[in-house]
Amino acid sequence: MAEMDTSSSGGHKKGPGVKKGKKLSTRIDLTPMVDLGFLLITFFMYTTTMSKPKTMQINMPYKDENIKEEEQTKIKNSVALTVLLSKDHRVYYYEGIGDDPQNPPKLEVTYFRAKDGIRDVLINKKKTIEDMKRAGQLTGKDQLTVLIKPDETSTYEDMVNMLDEMNINDVRVYALLDISPVDKEFISLTEQANAGGAAPATP
Amino acid sequence: MPKVTMPRKSTTVDMTAMCDVAFLLLTFFMLATKFKPDEPVMVKTPASISEIPIPDNDIMLITVDPAGRIFFSIDNKNMRKELIEKIDEQKGLGLTDEEKNKFAIGASVGTPFTQLKSYLAAEPEQQKEYDKTTKGIPADTSVLNEQNELAQWVKEARYTNPKLRIVIKADGAAGYPEIKKIISTLQGWKIFKFNLLTSMKEPPAGTAAYDMKHGGAPQQ
Repeated sequence: MAEMDTSSSGGHKKGPGVKKGKKLSTRIDLTPMVDLGFLLITFFMYTTTMSKPKTMQINMPYKDENIKEEEQTKIKNSVALTVLLSKDHRVYYYEGIGDDPQNPPKLEVTYFRAKDGIRDVLINKKKTIEDMKRAGQLTGKDQLTVLIKPDETSTYEDMVNMLDEMNINDVRVYALLDISPVDKEFISLTEQANAGGAAPATP
Repeated sequence: MPKVTMPRKSTTVDMTAMCDVAFLLLTFFMLATKFKPDEPVMVKTPASISEIPIPDNDIMLITVDPAGRIFFSIDNKNMRKELIEKIDEQKGLGLTDEEKNKFAIGASVGTPFTQLKSYLAAEPEQQKEYDKTTKGIPADTSVLNEQNELAQWVKEARYTNPKLRIVIKADGAAGYPEIKKIISTLQGWKIFKFNLLTSMKEPPAGTAAYDMKHGGAPQQ
């Protein structure tokens, strides 16, 4: 250990007249050094970050005003699921793209939760599409397409949760879109129906 | 009977081993960690299952606090100097060299161009106070709007360093309209690929992502 051999400091000087130097211990008290060490450790633990934050990569569709409407890819109504994010972390959803005001889609409401939440809706919809593929109603290329439309009252957390659900459920095709006035109309109608004391549209 | 005397033992403990451990740990922390960047506001990011780590350098960080205020920063000090010089030139802010240097060594800024000079002239302590009351960088959904100062920052930063990766660090409680402004601004500059900073979360059991992570084939 931290100790030096000091005993053999030249034997020739020994004698009655020679004053023997007092043997000092070479052991150093390392306690302050340890103190310093731990102080620095504490400092580094508080001021540094251990792991790098994770990111979620997001690719928005290429937006170009020059593309004509006919050239845009059309989504089949049967594979589409529209999700509207609204206030109080509510998630409204309906099948199809809801482009027919005469025939309003059935709007249902759910939340981000593990059971009976939007996740189960996505899983069920995926299953339905697989069944339709097997039955020959859809081609092999068709897959679940989710249209995410957050409204003004939703938060960033809702958006991230929804995008995360896409990753969790392995939905390959999805888009983050602006909410349309028609969709807002749907939400307010559902809210009125629920607030009016009538039988709630959703459990 | 002779008295039995116990030999007195020294109470000093040998600290060498302890010292070794302390410095070993110190070395570990010094090498394995990175200094926390200085942040003007506290942001609690929402969780996702995504596991892509944030890129090491060339980052443009757009921070959004719970109230929806936008802060902007890029990481490289030299680039920051270049950026502020360009902004100064374009907007005619009349910044002094000292103020430019302060920007270069500083953290995120969240002030409109009109207040940038007084912000940079302030002492670090005053700047912290300033960050609490500022309205953030004004943004808008259209890049053509002259009021959309975020668009100017993004544009100049991209000219300074075309390799910049864009990271949005927003608080979960921030409203969607603010985020939409940022996304629209980025889209306006034809940036369609960016990262959202999230904290880690395990994929829930029984889902496609869980199966993929744990070696199984995705559910059909």
